[in-house]
Amino acid sequence: MITVEHVTKRYGAVTAVDDVSFVCRPGTVTGFLGPNGAGKSTTMRMICGLTPPSAGSATIDGVAYRDLPNPGRHVGVLLDASAQHAGRTGREVLAVSGQLLGVPRSRVDDVLELVGLTGAAAKRRVGNYSLGMRQRLGIAHALLGDPSVLILDEPANGLDPEGIYWMRSLLRDFADRGGTVMLSSHLLREVEAVADHVVVIGNGQVVADGDKDELLAPGGLVVRALEPPALERALADAGVAVRETQDGSFTVDADAETVGRAAAAAGVVLLELRPADSAGLEGLFLSLTSAGATSAGATSAGAASATAPTEDKGEAA
Amino acid sequence: MTTTMTTSRSDRVHTPAAPSLARLTGVELRKMTDTRAGVALLSIVLLSIVGLTVALLIAGEPADRSFDDFFQVAQLGVGILLPVLGILAVTSEWSQRTALTTFALEPRRPLIVAAKVAAVAVLVVAVTVVCLALAALLNVVASMTTDASGSWSLGSGLLGRAVVFQLAGVLVGVAFGLVFLSSPLAIVLYYLLPTLWSILTGLISSLEEPARWLDFSSATEPLLEETMAARDWAQLGTSMLVWFVLPLLIGLWRVTRSELK
Repeated sequence: MITVEHVTKRYGAVTAVDDVSFVCRPGTVTGFLGPNGAGKSTTMRMICGLTPPSAGSATIDGVAYRDLPNPGRHVGVLLDASAQHAGRTGREVLAVSGQLLGVPRSRVDDVLELVGLTGAAAKRRVGNYSLGMRQRLGIAHALLGDPSVLILDEPANGLDPEGIYWMRSLLRDFADRGGTVMLSSHLLREVEAVADHVVVIGNGQVVADGDKDELLAPGGLVVRALEPPALERALADAGVAVRETQDGSFTVDADAETVGRAAAAAGVVLLELRPADSAGLEGLFLSLTSAGATSAGATSAGAASATAPTEDKGEAA
Repeated sequence: MTTTMTTSRSDRVHTPAAPSLARLTGVELRKMTDTRAGVALLSIVLLSIVGLTVALLIAGEPADRSFDDFFQVAQLGVGILLPVLGILAVTSEWSQRTALTTFALEPRRPLIVAAKVAAVAVLVVAVTVVCLALAALLNVVASMTTDASGSWSLGSGLLGRAVVFQLAGVLVGVAFGLVFLSSPLAIVLYYLLPTLWSILTGLISSLEEPARWLDFSSATEPLLEETMAARDWAQLGTSMLVWFVLPLLIGLWRVTRSELK
């Protein structure tokens, strides 16, 4: 389990990570989602004791990373696949770390096979590797110590579609066996495909944290009428909260029958009554990646407030 | 490709022991010798030993073609080149960005520095053994092919002094690597700064004598000569304080506080 509590990192006047807290539980894949420069990598480096936090703390199974006696045996870390000595072969990179970790030599062959770097590929120097091969080597490296926790920064980077599919199955399998996985990505679809739990970070702050299913649940219903003011009155009379959207339709947090009956009773002609297709998370994420994102929308939100639909973007910006 | 995962977690020891200094030293030794750069550097060191000793065999005076002299001349090449290995043992972690992995696997950063120091010490001993072997071989060749005496005497304490000489060089190299965390900067300044110090203090005659206490070049020179007086040892000690201990402390402070990206 990874526990991050009120972690802050300041560089001079710039606050790269601002009071970030979240938990990654065993048996789950946590997607750490955010646009470039949101503070994902800095947060991950702080979890791994490579960057000292300005405030707050992070623990792995209740222990600070630095205090783990042999951290590589508990936590598999891949922070930067390119940070390997170009002059070593893929196998040698793993053999060196394996010696440090104290794992049997056969373990190197096992993980090489697991990531599909066998034969000639394992004997090539890392300097001649493609980015995809480096990612595979990095994942092999993370798995070398047979850890129960994986921390992977943008592991899908540089992998081909087949490699991405392979990695998803690998992480899914790891979590299903009781492991804890934390992976970062700046791609919502990537996280959506593999994560059970999603933590969204923007401008160094957690803006959403919840189960993927909740965060990605449709944000209520969309209802549109021939005469919008009449519909708004009818729904208000029925006690249904209404939000107007830019094209004259409304989003409501009520079931279709309630809306339909209210409209029928008032004699309002409905043109559209359907589940909102835009997931709240996507809208939130888009608002983060847009340049106007400010800390106004950056309150630590549960699933409920994170399902605020796209049009809220206008208010936040 | 298989997605079959790792071995069963049930037999996992909850807290595998932290790696010992001996194991970390083994890892650091391996890292010094498993890259092309490392192998090339060691090969050059070896070539310099062979070149200098063979040159002495061919061109030296008959009286100088002894075990003692072959061993001594071999030290000169080693003394110039081996410190670079000490520098690179540290700085390559930053230039190749492997420090990210190294310190993720062993967060006790001073221990990694200790392992690097221990590893270069092991290397110094290994290179000294090679020097001895080569000096012995050439001594046999010299006594058979020339009128050299073939004497096996080794100047009193020369072996120990040679090890101290080489160790001083690589240790200063490691300390310079730690301070600058950059291969070109550390290598250039390793050769430049002690020389500059000698030149500068040489210019001012009143400083010349006190400066000897902090002069790395002049303090290590007598190690390879016949005698090493108490005063020489004291000067070696004080200059090592300035050129090894001080940069080591600054470097340790830098390395333990630095953020790894």
